[in-house]
Amino acid sequence: MELSHAEDIKKHVKVYISVFVTLLALTIITVTISYFNLSVVPAIIVALIIASIKGSLVASYFMHLISEKKMIYAALSLTAVFFLVLIFIPLLAMSDRIH
Amino acid sequence: MQGNHSHDLQLGFWRKYVFSQDHKVIGIQYGFTSLLFLLFGFTLMMIMRWQLAYPGQPIPIIGSWLGDDRAPQGIMLPEFYNQLGAMHGTIMVFLGIVPLAVGAFGNYVMPLQIGAPDMAFPKLNMMSYWVYFLGGVTMLTSFVMPGGAANSGWTSYPPLSDIATIGQTVWLIGMVFLITSSLLGSVNFITTIIQLRAKGLTFMRLPFFVWAQFVTSFLLLLAFPPLEAAGVLQLMDRLAGTSFFLPSGLVVTGQPLNVSGGGSPLLWQHLFWFLAHPEVYVLILPAMGIVAEVIANNTRKPLWGYKSMVYAAIFLGFMSFIVWAHHMFMTGMGTIISTFFQTTTMIISIPSIIILTALFISLWGGSIRFTTPMLFALAFLPMFGIGGLTGLPLGLSATDIPLHDTYYVIGHFHYVVAPGTIFALFAGIYYWFPKLTGRKMNETLGRIHFVGSFVCMNAIFMPMFIVGLAGVSRRLWDGGAQYAHAQPVLHWNEFMSHGAWALGVFQLFFIFNLFWSIRKGKKVEENYWHATTLEWATPTPPPHGNFITVPEVFRPPYEYSVPGAKKDYTPQNQPMEA
Amino acid sequence: MEIPYTIKARPDTGLINAKLGIWLFLASEVMLFGALFSSYILLRVGAVEWPHHVLDVPLATVNTAVLITSSITMVMSWASLMMKDFKKYKIYMGATILLGFVFLTIKYFEYSHHIEIGEIPSKSTFFAIYFTMTGLHMLHVIGGMIVNSYFWGPGSKMWKTQPERFTNRVEVAGLYWHFVDLVWIFLFPVLYLL
Repeated sequence: MELSHAEDIKKHVKVYISVFVTLLALTIITVTISYFNLSVVPAIIVALIIASIKGSLVASYFMHLISEKKMIYAALSLTAVFFLVLIFIPLLAMSDRIH
Repeated sequence: MQGNHSHDLQLGFWRKYVFSQDHKVIGIQYGFTSLLFLLFGFTLMMIMRWQLAYPGQPIPIIGSWLGDDRAPQGIMLPEFYNQLGAMHGTIMVFLGIVPLAVGAFGNYVMPLQIGAPDMAFPKLNMMSYWVYFLGGVTMLTSFVMPGGAANSGWTSYPPLSDIATIGQTVWLIGMVFLITSSLLGSVNFITTIIQLRAKGLTFMRLPFFVWAQFVTSFLLLLAFPPLEAAGVLQLMDRLAGTSFFLPSGLVVTGQPLNVSGGGSPLLWQHLFWFLAHPEVYVLILPAMGIVAEVIANNTRKPLWGYKSMVYAAIFLGFMSFIVWAHHMFMTGMGTIISTFFQTTTMIISIPSIIILTALFISLWGGSIRFTTPMLFALAFLPMFGIGGLTGLPLGLSATDIPLHDTYYVIGHFHYVVAPGTIFALFAGIYYWFPKLTGRKMNETLGRIHFVGSFVCMNAIFMPMFIVGLAGVSRRLWDGGAQYAHAQPVLHWNEFMSHGAWALGVFQLFFIFNLFWSIRKGKKVEENYWHATTLEWATPTPPPHGNFITVPEVFRPPYEYSVPGAKKDYTPQNQPMEA
Repeated sequence: MEIPYTIKARPDTGLINAKLGIWLFLASEVMLFGALFSSYILLRVGAVEWPHHVLDVPLATVNTAVLITSSITMVMSWASLMMKDFKKYKIYMGATILLGFVFLTIKYFEYSHHIEIGEIPSKSTFFAIYFTMTGLHMLHVIGGMIVNSYFWGPGSKMWKTQPERFTNRVEVAGLYWHFVDLVWIFLFPVLYLL
């Protein structure tokens, strides 16, 4: 990042701290929900949504992705596509089988 | 900032030639190491082919050296045949072709072609080579382990690989090293191509060779990690007693295995092929890149359809990630997922055809110079064509049923890799030899090498389609001799083996030519081939830092025979007339 | 001979080489851990039964908080360098490393408890995938700590001679460290809560 002003950094520090507090809060929330004994599918959806929010916060603000360059977005978008392929296609292959 | 700093010249022998951070030295290191591994892997095959031609006969000369656990009285044991098979595949692909195509050619040529002083991360580059070297040595040591080398195929399918001898563990450790080397290299290549292009060198002015390396590096970057993960899981199965790939209720030699079970052999196949399919495009793309350079140069005209070739290469890279389970049609797949993979597999043939067609059309109207590199590049086209076409019935599950795991498959992929990729790599060596040495390789020896190799390659691999169509399975240590359905085609085994040994003899012409020409080859002028791309704009051999003055690019990569130009080639860094 | 764009960004991409390099490396790590998550899914879907409440959730929650905290101390160490405050950098980076040690210590206690009562990787595919995923993650934590320790210690000498280059290096190390935190953010609910 080409920030040279201490002012700008101080603003960013405020953001970092709010992200930090949010992350801790979401952690407590996700653990609490796990004690509610939801059935499998809702439990997975809720846990993954919360984890995705936490992950996005870390990526966007701690890793500065929110103001990153196009080249990085391009590489990461490509990776995201293949990541999803890797997660879902084998699962589909295992479910759609000749019995 | 480019140009030499005097402190660079004070490097001692070790820093200059062994632990060098110069991409050219590293490229040469990769080159020699990979050629040695190719020779070794080829030798393993020549030994295998004795057994296939004359099952149960003592191996001449070396049979007595192999020892009783491999070949008692010189007669190859099936266990040893399996080791040869698994290691031939592994060594050729991972220690030979990829390090040569990417590590050697990519490292040496790519920074020069983009006008860069070196790679973006020179230290990382050095580490990539040495980790590859370590991985290679590790792989070789598996031969002396109790029980011998890995013997579960280059594909290492569990449950067999999970319970195989120690050599398999060594194979897995070797693969971890090799994958790490590849990952470090791909980070370097992508960053270098994006960041270190010379001024004026836009993406669409890049030589096709650089585009090929760029896409290849993305394949290596994103497809290798799942195999690394799978390797870790298999190591856990073998060393920590886990059951990632071991199903419940497995019985081995009459005894139930004492493991938790609950694992899935198919999990390995998915993770393995997720890498191994993009891997085959890693094998072919750099080769297409080399062929493109050699054809443009030796037709004295621009490549036809450069833009289409670039978009096709990008599309090919993308598609390569979503076709992998065409290697798994026989695993009990349902129709939905099978249709998905058949469809993507058929679609992926399109970009390959576009690239091949563009290269063919590029010949039309050209002033063809039948130099040795051009001979190999020209032969690549129909050979890759045969390889690609024979892949089509494998990519459709109905026709795959009788062909899967037969010699047909071996014929198919060898056509693409052997008279395909390896021919392209030979073309590259003959082509860029003057760049490295200021000399040319001998044309006569080159032609003998070419004609001999071309005839022998076809003699070895064409009959495999016949043998495979007859139903002979691959990986049979006696070449099918004990099967009734193999009897009508068995005679081809001897024919193919003689082809393989003859191919070996013709490589001697190349090996001699290479080493002799380094010292005694005819000295030639700078830019001997009258080429347009930037690598020819450096002194010969290029110094540390490559370019005397920082290059600037004004033109597309293949300005040959431009109407009105003084010469029949205009280098990329030649300014436009005022 | 100097490689361009190691300190100043290349104008058209807006990036320094190391920034692009580390993101590419992280992309490969996404695929590495992705393969393990995919394996987890396949093993669990194919399993007859899957254990619940066998892992120490409170302890792991603490560990989650530890890593999240180490992430903010890491970004603060970089921000301190951007504000030219080397002393603050040392404190924050030191805290990051210490929190890493806390994470490892907690993991040590977790692992030894399981091993004591026979809950080892070979016991079931659940423990196999648990130990493998958290173990590989732990190796990444250790790797990050080694790099961070280098930048806290001998590597920090570069602040005196090339402060901008040093700041870039710390930022790049930070990206890696945050990624390690990010992986844990997904590992934790998947292995411990579901």
